[in-house]
Amino acid sequence: MTANATGLDRSSWLSRLCEHLPQPSTHRSGQRRHNLATATLPSPRLEHWRFTDLASLRHLDLAALHQRTSLSGLPGAGPGALRLSLDAAGGWVDGKGRPVAWPAGLEPMAAAEIEAALGRAAERCAQHQRDARRLGQELNDISAGPVLGLKVRGAGLPALELVLQPAAAHAWLAPRVLLQLEANSRLELLWSLRCNSTAVLLPTLEAELGEGASLHEALLAQGHGTASLFATSAILQGRHSDYRRTGVVWGWGLSREEPRVVQVQGAAGTSLRGLAVARDDSLLDTHSLVRFEGPDGRLDQCHQALADNAGRSVFNGSVQVPRPAQGTDAAQLSRNLLLSDHARIDTKPELEIVADDVKCTHGATISRLRDDELFYLQSRGISRHQAARLLQRGFFDAVVRQLPAVAAPWSPLQALLGASEVRP
Amino acid sequence: MSSLLPCCFPVCQSEPLLEVDDLHAEVEGNAILRGVSLRIHAGEIHAIMGRNGSGKSTLAKVVAGHPAYTVTAGTVRYRGDDLLALEPEDRARAGLFLGFQHPVEIPGVSNLEFLRVSSNARRRYKGEEELDTFAFEDHVRDTLPIVQMDPAFLERSVNEGFSGGEKKRNEILQMALLDPLVAVLDETDSGLDIDALRIVAGGVQQLARPDNATLLITHYQRLLDVITPDFVHVMVNGRILRTGDKGLALELEERGYDWVDQEDADSLAEVGAR
Repeated sequence: MTANATGLDRSSWLSRLCEHLPQPSTHRSGQRRHNLATATLPSPRLEHWRFTDLASLRHLDLAALHQRTSLSGLPGAGPGALRLSLDAAGGWVDGKGRPVAWPAGLEPMAAAEIEAALGRAAERCAQHQRDARRLGQELNDISAGPVLGLKVRGAGLPALELVLQPAAAHAWLAPRVLLQLEANSRLELLWSLRCNSTAVLLPTLEAELGEGASLHEALLAQGHGTASLFATSAILQGRHSDYRRTGVVWGWGLSREEPRVVQVQGAAGTSLRGLAVARDDSLLDTHSLVRFEGPDGRLDQCHQALADNAGRSVFNGSVQVPRPAQGTDAAQLSRNLLLSDHARIDTKPELEIVADDVKCTHGATISRLRDDELFYLQSRGISRHQAARLLQRGFFDAVVRQLPAVAAPWSPLQALLGASEVRP
Repeated sequence: MSSLLPCCFPVCQSEPLLEVDDLHAEVEGNAILRGVSLRIHAGEIHAIMGRNGSGKSTLAKVVAGHPAYTVTAGTVRYRGDDLLALEPEDRARAGLFLGFQHPVEIPGVSNLEFLRVSSNARRRYKGEEELDTFAFEDHVRDTLPIVQMDPAFLERSVNEGFSGGEKKRNEILQMALLDPLVAVLDETDSGLDIDALRIVAGGVQQLARPDNATLLITHYQRLLDVITPDFVHVMVNGRILRTGDKGLALELEERGYDWVDQEDADSLAEVGAR
């Protein structure tokens, strides 16, 4: 018996899920579903799932799953952005519900190209992961899609915004995006997720960056206390390419972000910025992996988390520097604010360094709001409560300011702080 | 001219803005203030001098309401009301300002927004109209010349990456925007070069009016070369031992603090002998 105290039966949940999901469109997905139907959900005995309580999944009524999305209440798209959303049939459409008119530089991949590329980056990134269970990707694999494959050429392209907002409770949204960035091309991609009811969202990106290419992926994910998010990014970077990821996540009952990056030949730049705001009973988990397979690669990673009430944040940052990766320069920092005696932060760097001529640093801080900062603000007429909010805003802003301009209409700072303005 | 009075009670008919009476305070169980008494009236500039650890900065923090300090005896009245009953933010809104010896850096909080929120808190207390972002920015830019501050500092996080002099200018800028009735400036001159000292001290002088008062806490005479105090107090072991005019500051500069200590010891011995 593997049911936990909250009523989630880990042994049967996946098989019951497979019974209720729409049939997948590809043979590959069907095969994977067959395999997963006999598997169990990851056990807390697995190191990388030790702190990830999947109990939030119990809220989902598997018999009522749907893929309907809504565009109501969305802010306008950012200037120059190409906003896409899912239609009733699970396909990507533009902001007015019409088929997408792709601008020059963004070319949809043919079905055969998608079939050939699907899973390539994900599997490459997973090769060196000690823990083979990648639940988000597995669930995305067995879902009906949709899959959006794009070849990216040149610079000056509009930012691509993918909006996911379930129309009703018990949504199951599992889009996958494949990007192939040609040499020296540049793209900004924003996942805008807003979820107001029970749901499971599984946005998955696989991207291959050619030499000198640049991709900024941003995730702005506002969830609900009975909703679950599994966000996966699998990135293969060529030489002199630049991959930046900025993730801002809050409100979910459970979220599990898994950015995984392989610098295939080294000599590339990777920047990972994350902010997780875990209030109430929220459990927000980030497991990242960056692997350098050639020399002179760079990593600049900073994960920030705030845990309040009974919220919980988990961060596991894996950095792999094998022998060929001489000259690697990697920095990882985990900054955490713990605001309640009932909240919890688990943070763990996981550096595996074999190369001897490298510079790899890591650090982690867990603190409460500093009394000297609070008093300074109070001494200027700002109440302790408002001072605390100002300090939180400052903490959030360090990551939020890294979001691309296309995210601005969502007013992420205001959303993170709640509806009320900071006022004296 | 100086007196051996253990506290300062200047002869003045009006009600003091700030009245400290036999104040005792401690931090983590260690007594720091051991009976401080002080009266400050509108239009006055006071200076408190003393060695490191004599209790000067503790007095400033206790008056401002720092939660780490516990008042064990005595009273502090501000315009006749019990100041110690107020939260720090209420003291500030009512017009009490503390200029920090070590202004705190607050990453991620825009200096301009911080100034606007704090300034509006004070304006609301005074019954004045709060300023929106645009009106406040105009107001703050008009105020910047008082401390000759680069507008670029408004866009940065509060005190983050500021030099010592820039932080002190930012303190005086806040003082100008908050328009306090009593400003307690804790070692505003520390860490300043000569030019910065002149600018900061000049700003303080510009803000001094007949209806407000300033309490300067300092180690050195050099600040008092620019700002002429009406009263100079010497603090030793948590008490004000001696009060005089600017001449007392000059005497301290020339003779150091040993002679004050000695007089204190003699005074205590005399009391003991009686």
